[in-house]
Amino acid sequence: MTETLARLKGLLGRLLARRGAALGLGFLALVALAAAFATVLPFDPLSQSVAASLLPPSAENWFGTDELGRDILARVIYGARTSLLTAVGAVVIAALVGVPIGLAAGFYGDWRDSLLMRCIDVLLALPNILFAMALIAVLGRSQGAALIAVGIAGIPGFARIARAQVMALRQLDFVTAVRGFGGSPGYIMFRTILPNALSPLVVQAIVLASIAILLEAALAFLGVGVPPPTPSWGEMLRTGKSYLYEAPTYAVLPGIVLTLTILSLDTIGRALTAILDRDETDASGETIGGRR
Amino acid sequence: MTEPLLQVRDLSVLFPARRGAPPVKAVERLSFEIAPGQTLGLVGQSGSGKTTAGRAILQLQKASEGSVRLLGQELMAMRSGELRRMRRHMQFVLQNPYSSLHPRMTIGQILSEPLQVHRSVPANRIRERVKELLELVNLDPAMMQRYPHEFSGGQRQRVVIARALAVNPDFVVCDEPVSALDVRTQAQIVALLQSLQEKLGLSYLFIAHDLAIVREMAHRVAVMFRGRIVEMGSAAQVYDSPAHPYTQLLLDAVPVPDPVLQRGRLRRPPPDLRFLDGDGGSCIHGADHARDGTPEWHEVAPGHGISCRYWPKERSAAV
Repeated sequence: MTETLARLKGLLGRLLARRGAALGLGFLALVALAAAFATVLPFDPLSQSVAASLLPPSAENWFGTDELGRDILARVIYGARTSLLTAVGAVVIAALVGVPIGLAAGFYGDWRDSLLMRCIDVLLALPNILFAMALIAVLGRSQGAALIAVGIAGIPGFARIARAQVMALRQLDFVTAVRGFGGSPGYIMFRTILPNALSPLVVQAIVLASIAILLEAALAFLGVGVPPPTPSWGEMLRTGKSYLYEAPTYAVLPGIVLTLTILSLDTIGRALTAILDRDETDASGETIGGRR
Repeated sequence: MTEPLLQVRDLSVLFPARRGAPPVKAVERLSFEIAPGQTLGLVGQSGSGKTTAGRAILQLQKASEGSVRLLGQELMAMRSGELRRMRRHMQFVLQNPYSSLHPRMTIGQILSEPLQVHRSVPANRIRERVKELLELVNLDPAMMQRYPHEFSGGQRQRVVIARALAVNPDFVVCDEPVSALDVRTQAQIVALLQSLQEKLGLSYLFIAHDLAIVREMAHRVAVMFRGRIVEMGSAAQVYDSPAHPYTQLLLDAVPVPDPVLQRGRLRRPPPDLRFLDGDGGSCIHGADHARDGTPEWHEVAPGHGISCRYWPKERSAAV
């Protein structure tokens, strides 16, 4: 356990050593903190004042106000909650379903592999947005429905990566050793192989988080996301575009926050891939147990 | 003679055909027995099917036919759950101590894994048992907290052996357990395996290509060539009076520690390696096995037998 902690600490240090990743982490931390402590901050996303509608940015309303006179910064902060909740929930759902599917498919490699992966292919063939909209049409508009829809769209990515990892690892000696002393397939998949396949899965989780935020915004933009009055970045873009001439900052500022969040996640994901790739080449034979 | 611990009958492993190539018979009609507390050495060149045979006996590799009985129980017919329970009687030690230990687990975790899987020791006694195991293979129990990469090849191989012994097995397959180690460490590991055999009454199937080490370890020796056993007998019989031309060739290939003699041997033309399969027709002893259905096996002395397959052309005419 201490070793895992030390590894995480070391990884964080090396991420911070990269300028792009450090900036990304900083921005994400800001967004996450704002979202977490939104209720403590002196912002109210719901208080309306029609007299003060569509104001440009000012000392009082940093991002201006919307058509109902609500503070846009407050709505961006509360919208971060929606976005991050969707991202985390979707990643958890996709990982919990996708990883076991991929592990089992790669581990058995027989008709079970074909069956599971064909199902994954079907999922992959459906356009994400269309599938999410269909699902929301059935479940109704809610935070939960958006989260499940985006999560299901993320399953194939996890399944494919987990499968590829198992196929590379399962022939290794230390896996055969566990088979040799009588470990059950479940034990081998989750206790022996999974801990060694975590790095690419962590990267996938970050990539999926950015896709999830984007997809949630897209759903909200199409009017099938989280129902109003809950603030959501996509929802703000959708309403803001009607007032592009009167109050350009209404749509543009939430758009910039959304873009920066996605950009941060992608930068971190890419930096992490580079770091982990180098680890593997540096220590081939040590960390992965003599793969090459 | 006592009841054999392990009885292998006509074990064959067939690797299916791939892209036009014919199927490969990696192991063909392997038969032998191992008595309790005894070691059978399995020697042969690379690709002769030694490792595949070991894996097939442990049911880690699907065998196409034959029978493997351990402690009187047929392994080939077992369902996977039964087989997993049976695995506490049979363990194996792999060749490469660098890759056979989980890189992210401490030595203590690695050694308690088989105990947890088989629930052979109550949870509160696992630590104690792990300590015991480390002492059994002459390692410091304090290394429990450390990771495999902190240790040398010899130390790691001791950990691998300790793991194999964790569940008190009766039979251990040692697949080239020392060939990845340096010579001094090899001797230590061989001595350790021997003392463990004495202490715990283990039976070994000792797979190796190093003939000297096999002679040191094994009570009986089987020589494999192209998936078949061509000669089997006690270590003394096989080493001192090899009867099959392939065994003779294998023993002749060991360098002699005399520069003059060795130089002379190197100048001689390389031996003829075109061993005939000898399938069909009459064999070198004049028997037609295909017709009368007898096994292709001839006893040259009590407990010492040879196969009449794979004899070189010239010599088969001479004998």
